[in-house]
Order: sequence, then C-alpha cells, then structure tokens
Amino acid sequence: MAILARTTCTALQQKLADAPPLPPHRRLRGPETGLVMLQGRAAAVGNAFNLAELTVTRCAVALDNGLVGHAYHAGRDVARAELAAVLDAVLQDDAARPAWLSQVIEPLAEQQEATAARQRRKAAATKVQFMTMATTR
Amino acid sequence: MAYVAVKGGEAAIAHAHGWMAECRRGNPAVPGIGVEQIEEQLGLAVDRVMAEGACHDRSLAALAIKQAQGDLIEAAFLLRAYRTTLPRFGHAAPLDTRSMAVRRRISAVFKDLPGGQLLGPTMDYTHRLLDFALAAEALAEPAPEAEAAADEPLRRVADILAADGLMPAECDAGEAPPDLTREPMAFPASRAARLQNLARGDEGFLLGLGYSTQRGYGNNHPFVGEIRQGEVAVCFTPPELGFEIELGSIVVTECDMVNQFQGSRTQPPQFTNGYGLVLGRGERKAMSMALVDRALKAGELGEDRVAPAQDEEFVLMHSDNIEATGFVEHLKLPHYVDFQSELEVIRRMRATAAAPAEDRA
Repeated sequence: MAILARTTCTALQQKLADAPPLPPHRRLRGPETGLVMLQGRAAAVGNAFNLAELTVTRCAVALDNGLVGHAYHAGRDVARAELAAVLDAVLQDDAARPAWLSQVIEPLAEQQEATAARQRRKAAATKVQFMTMATTR
Repeated sequence: MAYVAVKGGEAAIAHAHGWMAECRRGNPAVPGIGVEQIEEQLGLAVDRVMAEGACHDRSLAALAIKQAQGDLIEAAFLLRAYRTTLPRFGHAAPLDTRSMAVRRRISAVFKDLPGGQLLGPTMDYTHRLLDFALAAEALAEPAPEAEAAADEPLRRVADILAADGLMPAECDAGEAPPDLTREPMAFPASRAARLQNLARGDEGFLLGLGYSTQRGYGNNHPFVGEIRQGEVAVCFTPPELGFEIELGSIVVTECDMVNQFQGSRTQPPQFTNGYGLVLGRGERKAMSMALVDRALKAGELGEDRVAPAQDEEFVLMHSDNIEATGFVEHLKLPHYVDFQSELEVIRRMRATAAAPAEDRA
C-alpha cells in the first residue's frame, strides 16, 4: 500500500498497461477526497501538536470473488485511488498475488528506490567540510 | 461598532470582477501560465501558501496562487476556504522527522556532526545577483551526484545535547493536542496550541518577531542547532483497517534552535530549545517559528515577559494573516451607517462646545 501511495497515476497506468486486465469491481465507498490532520512533535520528540491538514483520497472496492480492497492516498487523484484499491483486492488473492507483485508493485518499488537513491546522491554531492579559521581578535 | 449590511451594486461588482479576470490574464499575446508550471517552478510560493493555508496540497495551492495573481495571503485564504468543504477522515500519526529522507541538514553549532553537513538545494552562499540567463530560459543542468551512504537516520543535534544532559530531553506526555481548526485559542496556551498557531502563522509577522528577539526585545541568544529538510512518510490508521498504512510522503523543514541556558540551585545549567516545523521548504519561517517558540517559553522558564515576542496573547492573536487581513480589509467595505452615527456625535459635541462660548459673548 505504501508503494501505491507513493506512485503517480501515470506510472501506475503504465505498469498496468503491461499487465493482464484488472478484474471487474464494485465501488463500496468513494473514491472520495477529504482531509487528514498532520501532527508534529514539540522538538521532534515531545508532545504532539496539530501541524496542518493534508488532502487525502480514499476508495474501497469489492471484487466478484468477495475480496475487498482499500486505498488511502495523499492528494486528490481519484483515478489512482480506485486503481490502487482494486490492486489491493487482487493482491489479497494468494494465487494471483505473485504475478501482480512482479508485474506492478516490484517495478514501481524499483522506480521509487532509484528516485530516492538519486536524491541521496545529490544530497551527498552537497556535503560540506567547514574549516574554522583563527579569529583576528 | 457593528457593521451594517448594504445592498445593491450587483452590476458594478460583476463588471469589476470581470475586469479583474482580464487583469489576471494580462496581455493575451503572452502565453498563459499553467497551474503545473506554478507547482513545479514557483515551488517556494506553493510551500508558503500550503503552510499559511494550513493545508498540504501542492496543486490546490498552485491554483490558488494563479487565481490570486500571486498574492500569497489571498491564495492562503482561498486554500483555507476550500478546506472547509472537505470532510475530515482522521488524524495522522505524528511525523517522525528523525527518519526523514534528508535533502538538507546543517548545524551552526557542530562542525563535524555525525552524518555530516548536507547543504542540499539552497540559496545560501549565492551572491544575490540577478541571473539574466534565467530570462533566456535555459534548462538547468542536472544536479551533480556523489556516492551516498545507505539511507540511515541522521542523529539529531538536540538528541546529542540531551544525551550529555546539556539540554532537557523533551518527553511525550501522550496528551491529545488542542486543535485550532475546531476550537478557538485559549489562554494561557499550551505549547501544542502555540506550535500549531505558529506553524500556520504569517511568515513576515514571525520573521519580524524573531528578529526583534535577536535585537534585544526578549533576547535569548539563539544558535541554529540543526535545520533539516526532506521527505517524511505520513502514517495513518484507518478505523476500518485497524493497522497503520502510509498515505505518501511530504516535504517538511524543521529547525531546532539552541538557546541561552537556564539553571537553578537544584539543576545544573542547561541549554533551552526553540522548535520550528513547517510544510515544504519554508526555512526562514521554520527559523522564525523556532525563535518565537523559544521567546514564548519565557513564562514557563521563569523569565520576565517584557518583550512583544514573549507576550503569548499578542503573538498568537495576531499571527494569522487570514484573520488579520479579514479584519484590516473589512474597513474598506461600506460603513455608511456607522460613520453617519459618528458624524452626528461629533456635530453634537461641536455644537455643545460652541454653545457656552456664545453664552459668554
């Protein structure tokens, strides 16, 4: 679910285009957009405080075989939330799970890890060693 | 004095709004700006609108900036108004900034801190010279990369100081924080209420107050213990699932200020902290927030509350630019009835003042 929450609708649709079609589904709730209140902690570790809200889109679907899938994603992309909810349902089917993992989830996870690694390398390139000079006092 | 409603003027108002739309678009021969361009290329404006609008949604903030013609306070107002139309699904778990995927992390107190200093994408150390190459719109070169260690959490400067007993360790009492979007500010305010208020407060107001503490109005001798910026995961437990899931990740900026120490007969001297956390890359705001947070601790730390930045009622009641702009700007709406009564009063007073003089004559 974390990988689906971090992906874009375009990236997800690209991966789904190479996979067999998703089974038909019925909407149980949504897709609908609402808010989740974000919290921080005083000095990062102390008491919680409310920081700001975050737009979140959720969707719940059921497949013909009775499996129910859920999606909760930051943002307002209703199409992505619905696709992710269907994927969440098919991933609960033990027989179908490996195929969906290898065709959709794992490639998305690799893409996300590559992006994160690139970010880490860019940050590493800005690592600085400051030298203190003798003061003139 | 109460505001008395007026009616009429519909046609003139509609025409004024029409003209406003034309002004917003500007010269039609110039290509229009897209919401995506604002989101991608005016990212710091988007961050500020999200922070002050107290709602994280980059594309909504970008749309608000476009609609407000770049007036960021108006844009934050639009975003705050929009959020009232959405239902609330619940509360996320507090963000764990210790496990942030750090882009930038600097300390002004320790030169060699574990994990090192990462400048990240920053405007620091630039010469503030206008770059005319940008006017010619060339594509930026891809940022250089270097070998990076595996993504392991960087130890926080505040934790290093706390481990040595040089800074009081913050602890979580597990209390549910007050929520200013649901209940008004109450005084004395808890630190949780103060931090929420400051996190959505006006950057300019907090910058000015923070600056005033440095200039001696409630001086607390600050050092930047640490600034960190990067992505943190948002975790949430939907009631129907009963387990925690990740909703995605957002960029935040955090600032830990290390301030003048405090000690007593029973306690050896310790540094005190001020904390800032804002949505996006609002580093100036996070620093200002940390300065003001520390100043507002004056009462708890037994310091005299003498400066404006230490006066919580003054700071917290005036930090919100949407409330402030509403009250200041309402002055330009018709106040004819109000003013008519003032006119009558002043005329009566002048008549009374003139009458005895006539009697004496």
